[in-house]
Amino acid sequence: MPVRPALLVAAGGAAGTAARWGVAALVPVPASGWPLATTLVNLAGAFLLGALLAALPRPGPAAERARLLLGTGFCGAFTTYSALAVEVDLLLREGATAVAVLYPLLSVVGGVGCAAAGAALAGRLPRRGGR
Amino acid sequence: MSGVLLFAVVCAAGALGALARWGVDLALRRRFPAARLPWATLLVNTTGSALLGLLAGAALPGGPLAGAGVGEALHAVLGTGFCGGYTTFSTASVEVLRLGREHTTRTAAGYAAATLLLTAGAAAAGIGAGAAL
Repeated sequence: MPVRPALLVAAGGAAGTAARWGVAALVPVPASGWPLATTLVNLAGAFLLGALLAALPRPGPAAERARLLLGTGFCGAFTTYSALAVEVDLLLREGATAVAVLYPLLSVVGGVGCAAAGAALAGRLPRRGGR
Repeated sequence: MSGVLLFAVVCAAGALGALARWGVDLALRRRFPAARLPWATLLVNTTGSALLGLLAGAALPGGPLAGAGVGEALHAVLGTGFCGGYTTFSTASVEVLRLGREHTTRTAAGYAAATLLLTAGAAAAGIGAGAAL
């Protein structure tokens, strides 16, 4: 593993984990049991990554560094698929079947929608770097 | 473990998880350069869900990680930190979007459904194994 890119991924990953921890500490669990904090980080992170990848300058070292720090590192660690999967199973075990079905469906469809919205929005920004 | 120290260790574990995810992606790209589907993300999300399931199962009432104390701290570091940093929902979403644009809607929907079913199945297996510890 190359050292400098690894530092970018690690720094972004630590920041993304810290931000996810912060959201989990601030967002209460609703009475329905819906995992609201995970829903929020996942949808926001999908939007951010969609926007980032569309907003990156033309391919080159700067774009690669931004992708590793903010994309692979921050957005990758800010969002979580393992929490989604485990929460679905725990909801099923608790008998909260409706939430256990709606939560993953809304997350997955909403995640793709948020990524598309982020990409569309960033695609409208004026570009730097002469593209 | 104090709150600040635990927070720092969780963030460091998240950084390790992100590095492990990146390493899996690089290794699979090198080994299978012609792959059409994002297998690395699927592999990372499935194995990370199994590990988080194992921790969650062990944290159920009566399990070895149940209650406050060391078990709770270990759950935070390995689960919230490592598994959270290792698995990714944002990349999975962007890849579904890209599959829909570059391949077919059917391929994209299939990848999304396979990810959800495999991760939920791996998590359930992990919870069962963790509860039996």
